[in-house]
Amino acid sequence: MTTSTPKRPPARPWRLSLSDPRVAGLFWQIVVVAIAVAAVAWLWSNAVHNLSVRRISTGFAFLGREAGMPIADSWIEYSPKNTYLRAFIVGIVNTLRVAVIGIVLATVLGTAVGIARLSSNWLLSRLAAVYVEVLRDLPLLLQLLFWYVLMQGLPAARQAWKPVEGVFLSNRGLVLPSIPLDAANLWTTLAAVVGLTVLHFIRRRLIAQQMLDGRARPAWPYAIVLVVVLPALVSLLSGASWRITLPELRGFNFVGGLTLAPEYFALLIALVTYTSAFIAEIVRSGIQAVPRGQWDAAKALGLKRSFVLQHIVLPQALRVIIPPMTSQYLNLTKNSSLAVAVGYQDIVSIANTTLNQTGQAIEAIALIMMVFLTISLGISLFMNWYNARIALVER
Amino acid sequence: MTSIAHIPEDPLPLSRPRARRTLGGQIVVWLRANLFASIPSTIVTLLLVALLGKACVSLWQWGIANAVWIVAGNDTAACRALRGLGACWAVIPEKYRFILFGTYPFEEQWRPALAVLIFILLFVLSSRRSFWRKELILLWAGALIIIGLLMWGGIFGMSYVTQDRWGGLPVTLILATFGLAFGFPLGILVALGRRSKLPAIRSLCVLYVELIRGVPLISLLFMASVMFPLFMPDGVNIDKLLRAQIAFVLYAGAYLAEVVRGGLQAVPRGQYEAADALGLSYWQKNALIVLPQAIRHVIPPLVNTFIAFFKDTSLVLIIGIFDLLTTAKTAIIDPAWQSFSVEVYVFVGLIYFAFCFAMSRYSRSLESQAAPR
Repeated sequence: MTTSTPKRPPARPWRLSLSDPRVAGLFWQIVVVAIAVAAVAWLWSNAVHNLSVRRISTGFAFLGREAGMPIADSWIEYSPKNTYLRAFIVGIVNTLRVAVIGIVLATVLGTAVGIARLSSNWLLSRLAAVYVEVLRDLPLLLQLLFWYVLMQGLPAARQAWKPVEGVFLSNRGLVLPSIPLDAANLWTTLAAVVGLTVLHFIRRRLIAQQMLDGRARPAWPYAIVLVVVLPALVSLLSGASWRITLPELRGFNFVGGLTLAPEYFALLIALVTYTSAFIAEIVRSGIQAVPRGQWDAAKALGLKRSFVLQHIVLPQALRVIIPPMTSQYLNLTKNSSLAVAVGYQDIVSIANTTLNQTGQAIEAIALIMMVFLTISLGISLFMNWYNARIALVER
Repeated sequence: MTSIAHIPEDPLPLSRPRARRTLGGQIVVWLRANLFASIPSTIVTLLLVALLGKACVSLWQWGIANAVWIVAGNDTAACRALRGLGACWAVIPEKYRFILFGTYPFEEQWRPALAVLIFILLFVLSSRRSFWRKELILLWAGALIIIGLLMWGGIFGMSYVTQDRWGGLPVTLILATFGLAFGFPLGILVALGRRSKLPAIRSLCVLYVELIRGVPLISLLFMASVMFPLFMPDGVNIDKLLRAQIAFVLYAGAYLAEVVRGGLQAVPRGQYEAADALGLSYWQKNALIVLPQAIRHVIPPLVNTFIAFFKDTSLVLIIGIFDLLTTAKTAIIDPAWQSFSVEVYVFVGLIYFAFCFAMSRYSRSLESQAAPR
C-alpha cells in the first residue's frame, strides 16, 4: 500500500496575498460570482418594478385562462375557448410533428445526396455537390419564404395539380389519401409493431447461434409469421376495414384524406432540404473516413459493392457520422421555430401570441426555453445511447 | 444509385484503355470512365441529362425568354400578362435601392453604399494571412468607427440619420460584423472560463453556453425585443437594433466559445507547462502561448461558424428589424409588385450566396493549406 501512494509534498501554508494562486483563485471566483449575482438581482428588481407598474402579475396562473386564439392547424382537439395551457400543448405537438418528421426525411434525403456525391458517375456527383453548396449558402429563412411563396402560387383547389390519383397539390397545401384511425386499425398497427420487435430479437439470437457453429439460419419464416400473418389475423379478428379514404374536391375545399397545410408543408420542405445538405456533407466525410484498406479487403474477399457498403463501410462510417448528426438534429428542431415567419403555429409562435395578449413575457419565454431544452436533452440522450451502442467494442 | 468511388485516385481505372493522344480520344475515354462506366451508370446519366435538360429549358423560358426586364413606372400590366410564365425582372431596377438600403434618405444613400464597400474591404484584408497581426485589431476598430460615423452622420456636413431609418444590406453586415467583433472576444473568455480550474467560474460559463445553445435564436431575439425593456430601469430606452445586436453578441459568443474550446483542447500540455516554467502569468500564458496556437487550429470551423452566423442575421425579420431580407419582403408589399416575390427573393438570395460562397471557398482553401502535405 505504502509504495503505491506517491508521496505528496507537504501543503504550503496559506498566505493572505494575491500572489498565492489559491488565494487569487478564491478571490477572483468571489468577485465574478458577486458581479453575476449583483447583475441578476439588479435586472430582477427592475423587472419586478416594471411589472408592478404595468400591473402584470407574475406566475403561471394565466395558463388556466381562456386563450381566445384561433389555431388553424392542429392534430388535437382545440378551440379558441380552450385554455392557454391547451394552446401550449397544441404548440408543442405542432413543433414535434415538424421536428420528428423533418429529422426522418432529412436523414433519408441527406444520406442519399451524400452517397450521390461519392458516386463514380461524374454528373451525379457534380449535381449533388451543387445541391449541397446552394442550399448551405442561403439563409434558411429566405428558403422558407421562397417555398411558401411558391406554395401560394400554386393553382387554386379547383385546378389542383394531381400527380397521382388521390393526391392533390394546390394552394391549400398537399392532400393525401389516409386511413381512418379507429380502434381496429390501431390494434393491427400495434400487432405489427410487436411483431417487428419480436422479430428483431429472434434475428439477433439466430445471428448469435450462427456465430457459434457457422450454420446460417434463415429468418424469413419468422418474418412472415410475425409481420404478415399476425397483423392480418388481428385485423380480421378486430374487424378492421382497410378502406383508404380518398380526398375529394367539394366546393372550394377538399373533404377527407390527410391535409398538410401550405404553411406546414413549406416549413417541412425548407427544413428537410436545408438540413439534408448538411447531413450529406457529414455522410460523405464519414464514408471517406473509412480507411480504404477496408474496401480493398472486402473486395479481395469477393464481396459485392452494395454488400461492402452496407455491412462493412457504413457500420464503421456511422461512428464518425453520429456525433455531428446529433447536432444537425438539434439544429433542425431549433430551426423549426422559424415557423412563426410563415404563420405555422408551433410553440414559439403560440408563446409569442400569448405574450402579446397577456404581457407575460418572462413566463412565455421561460416556457419556450423549457420546451426546447427538454427536446434537446431528449435527442441528445437518444443519440448518445445509439452512439454507445454502435461504438467499436475494443478488447 | 451507381457504385461508390469514394477515393478519387482509384487504382482500378488503370485497367481501362489508356488515354489516346488525340483530344477527341481523351474525351471519349473520360466520358466512358465518368458517365458511361456501366449499365446502371449509363441509365443514371441519361436520366439526369433528360431531367436537367427539361429543367434548363423551363428555367430559360421563365427567366430569360419570357421575362420582362423593364417597365415604365409602376405599370406592371406587362408583367401580369405573363401569368407566371415569365419572370418580371423589372421589379429589381424599380426596387433595388429600397432592398439594398431600406428607408435611408435617398440622396444620402452613398453613405451606406460606402459603408458596405468598407465592410467588404475589411473582410478581404482580414482573410489575408499577411494581415494576421496585432495591427489588424486597430484596423477593425478604425473601420467600424468610420462605418458608424458614415451611417449616423451628424458631422462633416453629413446630416444625422436615426437608427430606425437604417435598412437593407448595411444592417445585415452591421449585425453580423459587430456581432462577431464583440462575440469573438467574449467567446474566447468563455472558452478559457470553461477550462478554468476554478469551479464557480467554470460552472457560470457552462451555464451560459448551454442555455444559449439549447434554445432557438428566435427566442433570444424575442427576449431582446420584448423582455429586455422589462429588465431595464425606468427611463432607459435602448434602440431596437442595439438590443438585437446585444442578443447576437451573446449568441455568437456561446457558439464561438465552443469552437475555441475545441482549439484549446488541441494545444499540447507541454505548451502550458513550458509557459508556466517561464513564469508567465495566466493572461500572458494564454495570450502569448496558448491562444495563438489554439485559434490557428480552428480557423476553418471558425469560418463555418461565421457563415452560419451571417445567415442567421436574417432572423431579425421576425422582430421587425429592416435587414436585407426584411427590406426584400417589404418591397413586395407594394400592390403593384405584389406577385413578383420570387424574383426579389432570387435577387436577395444571390447577394447572400455571394457572401457565403466566398466564405465557404475561403474556409476550404484554408483547410487544404492546413492539411499535411
